[in-house]
Amino acid sequence: MGATAVVADVRQGVRDVSPILVGIAPFGLIAGAAGIEAGLSAAQTMGLSVFVFAGASQLAAIELIGQDAGVGLIVITALIINARMLMYSASIAPHILGYRNQLKLLMTYVLTDQAYALSIPRFQRTDLSDAHKTRYYLGAALTLWVVWQVTTAIGIVVGAAVPPALQLDFAIPLVFLALLSKSIDTSGRQVAAIVGAIVAVLWALLDLRYNLGLLVGATVGVLAGTVWDAVGSDGGWR
Amino acid sequence: MIEQEMVWSAIGLIAVGTFAIRGSFIGLFSLIDAVPARIELVLGFVPAAVLAALAIPSIMVADGSFVGVTDPRLIGGAAAAVTTIITDNMFAIITVGMGVLWIATALG
Repeated sequence: MGATAVVADVRQGVRDVSPILVGIAPFGLIAGAAGIEAGLSAAQTMGLSVFVFAGASQLAAIELIGQDAGVGLIVITALIINARMLMYSASIAPHILGYRNQLKLLMTYVLTDQAYALSIPRFQRTDLSDAHKTRYYLGAALTLWVVWQVTTAIGIVVGAAVPPALQLDFAIPLVFLALLSKSIDTSGRQVAAIVGAIVAVLWALLDLRYNLGLLVGATVGVLAGTVWDAVGSDGGWR
Repeated sequence: MIEQEMVWSAIGLIAVGTFAIRGSFIGLFSLIDAVPARIELVLGFVPAAVLAALAIPSIMVADGSFVGVTDPRLIGGAAAAVTTIITDNMFAIITVGMGVLWIATALG
């Protein structure tokens, strides 16, 4: 495998992640600025981005620290928000079983909503090599990591100066929407998506606190898709 | 504001817990060196369900209630959804979605 191929694979991951960066950069600035505003030190705010590297849980932790909450509540809240990544771990695991342990550890550390969403369609393809998938994943995931750290640092130093009127955060759901359109190629997956969306929307309407709608909605969606396929293949009522 | 050491313990515990969550099934399946076929079948539905549950609430819900049918985010999201039928190009989909969002915001 030549160096050109390596560069091409990584570059593809970097290119595909770039629309997401438009939405991530303001979010990183906010993660930095919010930490300072809530009274965390610069090192603590940066520490959250470096060691936790999961935006929604960082903001929740910052808010609770600012409110003098107990360590137990802060930790449990953050981990509940991050529990959705159990699904990403399970979904990506079958594809990287044979990888070296150090590589698996690195891929684990940089696993995020966006890196997962971008690369899982590639991991599922059988015509691509493991090496290609790894480089693509790391190209996307490490780019997100770098941008997250840099924007957090800028947010710490100069605050979040992006005009909210631009609504750049909207780029993130648009990327997920674009990826969704490619992943609903069977009726079972369409059922999984529709049920997942309905449950997640209902959850968002009922509960604002823990971002659990994603975990609950996706789980119910996966079960619905599984049942739909099982019923269909048994010559049932469909 | 709680004490500095407590802040660091919270950050440390969240970091360790989050890494454990990220590594959970990667570690488990590596340990047993296989993924049971039935589980792999179920996991095939995860991307569709996750992406839908990630995208749709961000477009349809704001501050705990449905955005209206004239909400710029819903209109922008709908425009992006229509674009996915025409093209796979990510930049085109984002550009249309953001462009329509801005226009709808300006007109609203």
